[in-house]
Amino acid sequence: MLQRVLDLGHALRTAGVPVAISETMDAVAALEHIPITERATFKSALAASLIKSASHRPTFDTLFELYFGSSGAAADDHATGTREEFIEELVEALQAGDRAGLAELSRRAVTRFGRLDSARSKDWFSHYEVVRALELNTLAARMDQPAGEGPASSLAARLAQDEFERQLRWFRQETLTETRRRVAQQRGPEAVASYAVGPLPEDLNFLSATADMAELRKAVRPLARKLATRISMKRKRSARGQLDIRKTVRHSLSSGGVPLDPHFRNRAPHRPEVFILCDISSSVARFSRFALMLTHALSAQFSKVRSFAFIDTLDEVTRYFATEDFAAAIKEMNAEAKVVGGDGHSDYGASLGSFLAGYGADVGPKTTLLILGDARTNYRADNALALKELAQRSHRCYWLNPEAQHDWDTGDSVASRYAAHVDAMVEVRNLRQLESFIADKL
Amino acid sequence: MSTPRFLGIADVGSRLDEAGYLSDESIATVVHLADRLDKPLLVEGPAGVGKTELAKAISRALAQPLIRLQCYEGVDETKTLYEWNYRKQLLRIQAGSGDGWDQLGDDIFSEEFLLERPVLKAIRSREPVVLLIDEIDKLDFEAEALLLEVLSDWQITIPEMGTVVATVKPFVVLTSNNERELSEALKRRCLYLHLGYPDAQREATIIRNSVPELAEHLAEQLVRVVQSLRELDLKKAPSIAETIDWARTVVHLAAEELNETVIAQTLPVLLKYESDLDKAAAHLKIGRSHR
Repeated sequence: MLQRVLDLGHALRTAGVPVAISETMDAVAALEHIPITERATFKSALAASLIKSASHRPTFDTLFELYFGSSGAAADDHATGTREEFIEELVEALQAGDRAGLAELSRRAVTRFGRLDSARSKDWFSHYEVVRALELNTLAARMDQPAGEGPASSLAARLAQDEFERQLRWFRQETLTETRRRVAQQRGPEAVASYAVGPLPEDLNFLSATADMAELRKAVRPLARKLATRISMKRKRSARGQLDIRKTVRHSLSSGGVPLDPHFRNRAPHRPEVFILCDISSSVARFSRFALMLTHALSAQFSKVRSFAFIDTLDEVTRYFATEDFAAAIKEMNAEAKVVGGDGHSDYGASLGSFLAGYGADVGPKTTLLILGDARTNYRADNALALKELAQRSHRCYWLNPEAQHDWDTGDSVASRYAAHVDAMVEVRNLRQLESFIADKL
Repeated sequence: MSTPRFLGIADVGSRLDEAGYLSDESIATVVHLADRLDKPLLVEGPAGVGKTELAKAISRALAQPLIRLQCYEGVDETKTLYEWNYRKQLLRIQAGSGDGWDQLGDDIFSEEFLLERPVLKAIRSREPVVLLIDEIDKLDFEAEALLLEVLSDWQITIPEMGTVVATVKPFVVLTSNNERELSEALKRRCLYLHLGYPDAQREATIIRNSVPELAEHLAEQLVRVVQSLRELDLKKAPSIAETIDWARTVVHLAAEELNETVIAQTLPVLLKYESDLDKAAAHLKIGRSHR
């Protein structure tokens, strides 16, 4: 048992979750105080001591099932009923929201439909087989509509459907877990852990194709909030200025010359403006989606955010982001913003130039400038002087580059020519890096 | 190890229940462990799911006073730990201008001139207390480090005076809305509890407990709508607190049933943004009531 807990801690570390030795020790110490035969309690105790962030919880759940999962005595269900009957039974249980029944069904489903029939991999289970056999992807269409007509029932139908989908999602996850448990029993948990655990949300690469945009969006909003508090916190921390000696001495007269209340000069409040310049050319399409998400989220946090998009020429896109709906904003922006003037390949030089010419006068000592792009000029003039001018006028100027640092300056990248003029150019390929940028640089 | 405050997991559950807080298995387990292992409890989760309420309920269940430190930007050690009462010190210097330097030095850095702030107060208390450090994520990174000594060793070092060690270890609850990532050092010292939105059954019970006038079938319908709304991509998903407000409103309207009209009228209690209201109305296929 002890070894298993240590193994779990190790597997978590391999997956990228920071687990300190003291935390593993806490987990072991915790086991003395709980009935370890109670699975749910046992799991809560381990989670409380090993996992310190909600975003790591799914990884923990997956691994916990591999190391401590007990697949229920693989209920043999060869004979009874056809596949069609099984699906009907499943739909019924889903509609009733009967979790215990669904758990039982998921075990039976994996036993019956999950086995891969090939000579080579006997007793190998696949989640895909279960999904296919039970038609889980289209199951929502098979639920019974609640009786009745009129507007009242359309509400009821909507609620029933949401509930059905929630149960279905749960069932899907349950069959997946069950499949992994079976395989883990055969091959050992390490074998499954290596493929079952995806990267943590903060490690997803922006440029990779696997990055789940929905996941990313969920993670971006709190980050934008952090970025915003970070920028404004800096301003508040130094809100109280120098000691005002005159005022202090004057007030000390009422207490016999003892300066009981020191007085400080007030500083003029610094209201930061944030200008975001974002490359939306197709070479960084995935990154720019993220960049636009960040822009969108940031404009909700600051009163003075202006955003600009460019490919080979630059246009202000602030007004599109005033709406709440991100998808609508993107659609409108794509339709109306003038970001392509020539051939549609990114042209940093021209874009920086047109920014300086068109909006340079608005950049002042209160402005924080964020530039998001890969600094690949397609061998055109880089116009680094325009950037230098902008960086000098602004309060701070940062460049977030979605490329790995070792790729900088290869090919048509002029990263270091730009980096020379900005306060910092940082590699931001995933949320973790963005977060450390916020924490260290801002 | 100090004497445990609770008898066991079941005891935690039932005593929290008596204190008016409906816990579940994982809450009870983690509170029990924080008690037995003498570790601070870090509670994280979206706003309005009852993080602060949990600390208050623990204080009620243990019948121990609650000492609360509300964090906000710019809080430093003079607001969290202790502060020297320099006015009094200045007066003491003025009053005893005949005294020698050494005596004066010893004197003005004695307990008489020390102002207790919540954390020091909790550490020095002779009675067991519950210390709530609320919204610790609002604290600056630097100020967070000040708490580390307290959280792991239950002591505070005051350079001029020496180290104050807790005679009775307080039960410490920290809450966070996750506005910023807390430092690893702090997290390592705590047990972690993530409070999310409750499942339908538990939420219905919570609502029935808080608004007993509400009919059972109405509570169920309310919860179904709320659970469905939480699946949407909203700016601010409805929290338990808002669901309770909504239940109160429905009671005031004396609605027999939660139909389209009632929802359309009362939805602004639940959702606070115009865009969220539009989205919800479209999702539930109800009209917006225009004021």
